[in-house]
Amino acid sequence: MSKILEGLYYSNDHEWVKVLEDDVVLIGITDFAQSELGDVVFVDLPEEGDELVQGEEFGAVESVKAASDLLAPVSGEIIEVNEDLVGEPEKVNQEPYEAWFLKVKLNDPKELDKLLDHKAYKEEISE
Amino acid sequence: MIQYNKLIFELSKEERVGYSLPESRFNEYSFDDLNKQFLRSEEPNLPEVYELDVLRHFTNISNKNFGIENGFYPLGSCTMKYNPKINEEIASLRGFRRIHPLQPASTVQGALKVYYELQRILSEVSGLHEFTLNSYAGAHGELVGLMIIKEYHQSRQDFKRNKIIIPDSAHGTNPASVVVCGMEVIEIDSNKRGRVDLQSLKEAVEGRDDIAGMMLTNPNTLGIFEDDICEITKVIHEAGGLMYYDGANLNALLGKVRPGDMGFDVMHINLHKTFSTPHGGGGPGSGPVGVTKELEPFLPNPRIKKLDDHYYIEENGDAIGRISSYYGNYMVSLRAYVYLLTLGKENLKLVGPYATLNANYVKNALKTAYQLPIDGNCMHEVVFNGLINKDTNIKTLDIAKRLLDYGMHAPTIYFPLLFPQAIMIEPTETESLQTLDEFINIMHKIAIEAKENPDKLKDAPTRTPIRRTDEVFAAKEMIFSYKDYLAYIEERDQ
Amino acid sequence: MFKYFPHTKADIEKMLKSLNINSIDELFNELPESVIYNSDYDIPSFMSESELRNYFDELNNQNKELTLFSGLGAYDHYQPAIIDAIVSRQEFMTSYTPYQPEISQGTLQYIFEYQSMIQTLTGMDVSNASMYDGSTSTAEACFMAASISRKRSKLLISRTVNPNTIKVIETYLKYKGLEWDFIDSKDGLTDFEDMKNKLDQDIAGVVVQNPNFFGLIENYDGFSETIKENKSLFIMNADISTLGILKTPFEQGADIACGECQSLGMPVAYGGPFLGYLATNKKYVRKMPGRICGYTHDLEGKRAFVLTLQAREQHIRRSKANSNICSNQSLMALFVTIYLSTLGKKGLKKVNELSYQGSHYLYDRLIKTGKFKDPFKQSFLKEFVLETTLSHDLIQEALLKNNIFGGYSLQSFGEEYDNLVNFAVTEKRTKAEIDRLIEILEGLS
Repeated sequence: MSKILEGLYYSNDHEWVKVLEDDVVLIGITDFAQSELGDVVFVDLPEEGDELVQGEEFGAVESVKAASDLLAPVSGEIIEVNEDLVGEPEKVNQEPYEAWFLKVKLNDPKELDKLLDHKAYKEEISE
Repeated sequence: MIQYNKLIFELSKEERVGYSLPESRFNEYSFDDLNKQFLRSEEPNLPEVYELDVLRHFTNISNKNFGIENGFYPLGSCTMKYNPKINEEIASLRGFRRIHPLQPASTVQGALKVYYELQRILSEVSGLHEFTLNSYAGAHGELVGLMIIKEYHQSRQDFKRNKIIIPDSAHGTNPASVVVCGMEVIEIDSNKRGRVDLQSLKEAVEGRDDIAGMMLTNPNTLGIFEDDICEITKVIHEAGGLMYYDGANLNALLGKVRPGDMGFDVMHINLHKTFSTPHGGGGPGSGPVGVTKELEPFLPNPRIKKLDDHYYIEENGDAIGRISSYYGNYMVSLRAYVYLLTLGKENLKLVGPYATLNANYVKNALKTAYQLPIDGNCMHEVVFNGLINKDTNIKTLDIAKRLLDYGMHAPTIYFPLLFPQAIMIEPTETESLQTLDEFINIMHKIAIEAKENPDKLKDAPTRTPIRRTDEVFAAKEMIFSYKDYLAYIEERDQ
Repeated sequence: MFKYFPHTKADIEKMLKSLNINSIDELFNELPESVIYNSDYDIPSFMSESELRNYFDELNNQNKELTLFSGLGAYDHYQPAIIDAIVSRQEFMTSYTPYQPEISQGTLQYIFEYQSMIQTLTGMDVSNASMYDGSTSTAEACFMAASISRKRSKLLISRTVNPNTIKVIETYLKYKGLEWDFIDSKDGLTDFEDMKNKLDQDIAGVVVQNPNFFGLIENYDGFSETIKENKSLFIMNADISTLGILKTPFEQGADIACGECQSLGMPVAYGGPFLGYLATNKKYVRKMPGRICGYTHDLEGKRAFVLTLQAREQHIRRSKANSNICSNQSLMALFVTIYLSTLGKKGLKKVNELSYQGSHYLYDRLIKTGKFKDPFKQSFLKEFVLETTLSHDLIQEALLKNNIFGGYSLQSFGEEYDNLVNFAVTEKRTKAEIDRLIEILEGLS
């Protein structure tokens, strides 16, 4: 059974968003996503200072058999990129909810309303 | 020997030579005259090996390979038919091997004739007007074909047309080629019969004036014939687009159908599939591109033409440009020409029927154990969606690996993407009933093993030079050269 | 019966019976009648093997094997005899792409060794498993630069790059929607000042060739720093054989190395098949098109090789792939691997040295005839161009009469080169051959 955490927001394409203080969020991919991908070998992320636009492609997660695009769940400026994932991409498989990709300062917190809560996401993946 | 496990660099011993070069004869000239700043500071780390060691090395690693002459090679969509030896003999003739591509036409009339006559035979077999042989591979041919389509529209001031329609069952090179050519993909769904959904197609082009064309393989990647093909080409033509034929599955049609007659305007052929030239472990192939008369001016340069009995080389101003240094993989073209003359019109027309008979025979024999997703006849290849018995946890990968233990090459797996456990089998016309029966028996055996002894499949292969590889390690460690390897060993041993 | 078709009457009957049909034609019943081709193909009748041999012997005789004294991308270098012996092995020649590594370690290992050799010759971090040829690999290098630089869409190309290579790059860039401009040549070399002036925010990469189209060795002092400062990529195209002694693309500060490998043991073969190499730094490896082979082990710990990073390629990424390339020139990579295993570092150096000596001997003697002049007077390796008072047609005619291909007029490459003729000398050209060439040209007026 795929693990889903309460208290996080979820997007339709299997990303989670965790709200920290001051309209800053962490973004990563869900347990469901990592298990579909298989062993992650590389995460292709933009740089600090780059802008995310909700719904637009910002990078990719690569496994041996697939490369999945990452679509921005929210808009904002990237204030930090998780460098750990460069050397240890397997963390995405091991602890998908700890292995955050980006720390983003939201442009518009109201965008979070467009995302799913844990219950809605659970329904989404059981279809 | 299958146990052989050395890299060529590990055979290197200082002072050994494997070459035989003449002595210097103009010793008044030397590298020392060259400015030091032009020269590399360190010697390259190339091995020093004597001739016998080089031969043993490559002979031994060749034993770890599987060629068509080892056994059955049922790779769907690859058309692994017999690669005739007479082709190789002709390709070794000095008069072809030793001519320089820039020699004047008068000194290479034989070579030019081969080019011209091959493209003429391809035109006749495909029902199109003329071919270029300059494209190096199928994917390259697709790119060239799309460039021609784009150029055609632009030459008519129709600059909006930049959308290419591609079915979801298409080979990955199709959408990739579209993007490389600066256009966009509109993907349409296949219907329950595994074919292009005509209604979806009509809706996709409805009211649009930006359709450049459509790319289609026929029979499609499921091995079944798009029987609505005439309606499909009509829809696209009426929408102002051109039809591109991906020739990967042309083998099924030899003797029965010509792409030009189905309404296609541009196509590529894979000489290394349909026309027997060797795959070479992944290349060199050749992907000649054929067009209708209207599109002929756009074929890439250089062009080979004929006047009376004389062949000459021409650069055409309307061409899309140059897409190769010279005339493509010329020696591959030569081999295909030999093949076509070996078969002649009498035998070429039997290729499609025999290939189709073989595939249907296999389909019929295996459908009791393997799940056939689409009913009805297939053409030269058949797609199964894994085992009928879904109770095992055996995946298509396991079946493929187990087949290797039985001395046969695996079929194509996980393509087309429409079926999650796809197994695509293409026997080709050069396989006998006895070989097919052997294959069928083994596939049934494997189906039974899947239920009664699944570990045999999960552990497979066990009788090959190596077992399954750690692909995650390869992708993460990124050891792509001997230098990387030495660095990895050093770090590991610390 | 035909020798490639095994089906006997009995076989066919048995197969039809199992399918419950009476003829093979019935398998095509579902095809629309309107597309069925009912005639015979209008192509030649089949030829028996001896008839074929006669036919091709005649064609063979219509091709003239000449002593080659011009290059321009295809060089008549020595090809060790063992190359043919090895590449003709069916295990190498007829096998498929190594997607099933368990039965393709032969192919995968030589690809790994090929990549290693390109790596050490170019000095770059990683080479891929090969591209179609030198000109398309350069075009793909341009795509790489555009992709890496994300927003930039223009390439600067030196005028000293072979014009045919330039034409291929132009075709690729044009249809993709990228732009380009040229860097002038000055005294036969890339004009540094002109490049500096043309570098701007839009330039994704700069393309040069060394030795260049005129055979001259270029000096790239200052190029790499200036290009990097502009956040563009430095793309260097080089004849791989010359990298046996010349400063490597890595030492020159290149980001991408590309070019032609034909010089490494492939016959001139009327232009193909050849092989293009492509190498880059580790940080760009995911932007590199084509196949890549990596080292790993199997589950028993045995050393093994496997195609890797496939998630970048078209069969997985489809329209998101960096390139549409599917195949490589695999068997030609085997030519390279065998050649370099046989020549080794010393042999490759000797090849270049012998070519250098021969070309300089020819050069001096041609100048001495008084009918040739060097417009550039720069350093060169095995190839050079000269202006001449003789008519280019006269030269070609006189040489052809003596079965020599040389002094190739650069007219066909463009008007701006119509005063130049090309000569190339490899280690295969004997003193007698060179002296004969000089004698013929001396006798012309």
